[in-house]
Amino acid sequence: MGILEVSNLNLSINGSHILNNLSVKFEKGLVYAVVGPNGTGKTTLGFAVMGIEGYKEYTGDILYKGESLAGMNIYERAKRGITLAWQEPARFEGLTVENFIKSSIKNKGRDIVEDALEKVGMNPDEYIFRAVDKGLSGGERKKIELASILAMKPELAILDEPDSGIDVASLQNIFSAIEFLKSNGSTVILITHSLEVLKRAEYAFLLCHGTIIAEGSVNKISKYFGGKCIPCDHKNIPEEKVMK
Amino acid sequence: MSVEELIKAAGIHAAVSDKNTGRLVINRDKVVDSNVIPGLVIDAKEIKDGVDINFILKENTIIENPVHLCFGVTDKKAIQKIIMNVDIRKNSKISLIAHCVFPNAVDVKHIMDAKVKIGKGSKYSYFERHIHNEEGGIEVIPKAYIELEENSRFKTEFELLKGRVGTIDIDYEITCGKASVMEMTTRINGRGNDTINIKESGNLVGERSRGVLTSKIAVRESAKANIFNRMIATGDYARGHVDCKEIIQDNAVAKAIPIVEVRNPKAHITHEASIGSVDSKQLQTLMSRGLSEDESVELIISGLLS
Repeated sequence: MGILEVSNLNLSINGSHILNNLSVKFEKGLVYAVVGPNGTGKTTLGFAVMGIEGYKEYTGDILYKGESLAGMNIYERAKRGITLAWQEPARFEGLTVENFIKSSIKNKGRDIVEDALEKVGMNPDEYIFRAVDKGLSGGERKKIELASILAMKPELAILDEPDSGIDVASLQNIFSAIEFLKSNGSTVILITHSLEVLKRAEYAFLLCHGTIIAEGSVNKISKYFGGKCIPCDHKNIPEEKVMK
Repeated sequence: MSVEELIKAAGIHAAVSDKNTGRLVINRDKVVDSNVIPGLVIDAKEIKDGVDINFILKENTIIENPVHLCFGVTDKKAIQKIIMNVDIRKNSKISLIAHCVFPNAVDVKHIMDAKVKIGKGSKYSYFERHIHNEEGGIEVIPKAYIELEENSRFKTEFELLKGRVGTIDIDYEITCGKASVMEMTTRINGRGNDTINIKESGNLVGERSRGVLTSKIAVRESAKANIFNRMIATGDYARGHVDCKEIIQDNAVAKAIPIVEVRNPKAHITHEASIGSVDSKQLQTLMSRGLSEDESVELIISGLLS
């Protein structure tokens, strides 16, 4: 039994089929990549696992440690050890970085907050009292989002496009943070269309038109994805041979 | 509740103990403690149902430590009228912290009528913090007219975050002279059947005068809020901004009416207003961190009102 098993998942948004009979299994303690071009359903899969509003009405099932997540809200899933880092993190007027990160660790000590910020390459003295609002750049809020997840030490961390908005100099901090999550026993799912992020995984799934069409080593998927999907020449409509 | 407990509820024990800190402590219509420091004149006369205060900061006087005012009522039922005439003379600087504490209020009316004049080149800040109980049996009616002379600075914050609001009717009007700057911020957390009425007006008459009116209001359950912010610019190169943010939950109702009036083509005023429930993405982010919906809403509102 994997930590997360998705079985025959079908999910539509506003009448469009986004996930089509998707089945995928994740084992505990590994770093996975779910790759695919834009619009293939990667984020939708992440949202369905987290239970985001608008993504809970599906057919099929999602099992977490053998328990079905059907009917559970976000809070109930988070209490079980699942969390999500958004591709575009929310802004919180007036809420300091310290209080934002502390909220995810039941207000434990500042030392945990500082440690998490350092791991994503942010100087705590410079950021801890700043508000997580428009005063921070998108990249800064992205790193703070990741820091809050590092502090939590979740069982399952879904990171949606963890490198988006991050400058080249800070990418290594992001990759180190992924390593840190793994070293603490977290299962990590990287949702990405980036070859660089894909290379940080231990196993990969290729998503096309809302279904897994290939899986395997990072090397294998990287070659296929880099060779055939960038750019996608069939506009996310799978070729017949791809669907085999 | 004794006066000592009033001071403790206001959190000004340290200030009351310090001979170098100016202060005035009023319980209903009685002056119970005061301390005047060089350059500062506080003349407080007890009147029927309240106190009439003349507050003068002499020319060229800089007072570094904040001066503490405590306007409280320890009775369950009372009317308290505070009349304040504040004269900050030129080239001076002072900050006041007013603690308005009503720990036992069941039927209390707190009326404040203030006239403030800030002289040329002076800086005056006034921070008013209200602490109410959970009964909601209080009516707060603060009214103030503030006049800023050339090159003066005025900053005021009104905070009512602890306890039930009851009913509040704020009416502030500020007139800004040449190159003066004013900043007015109101932060209120309403619950139950609280009623919040705010009327703030800024008149930027002086050349290069500047002003910002900011309201941050949260209303839940059946509370109501009506925010009327008006900024008028007539001075050359006057600059103003009006910002109203309201969060509503449950059956609460919030209304914002910003009025922006520019009578000089060289002046410029901006405004923004947002009213609505807690942002869905913010809520879901915090819930994905293991906070319940109620905990998440509380954290988001506390951030807005901070």
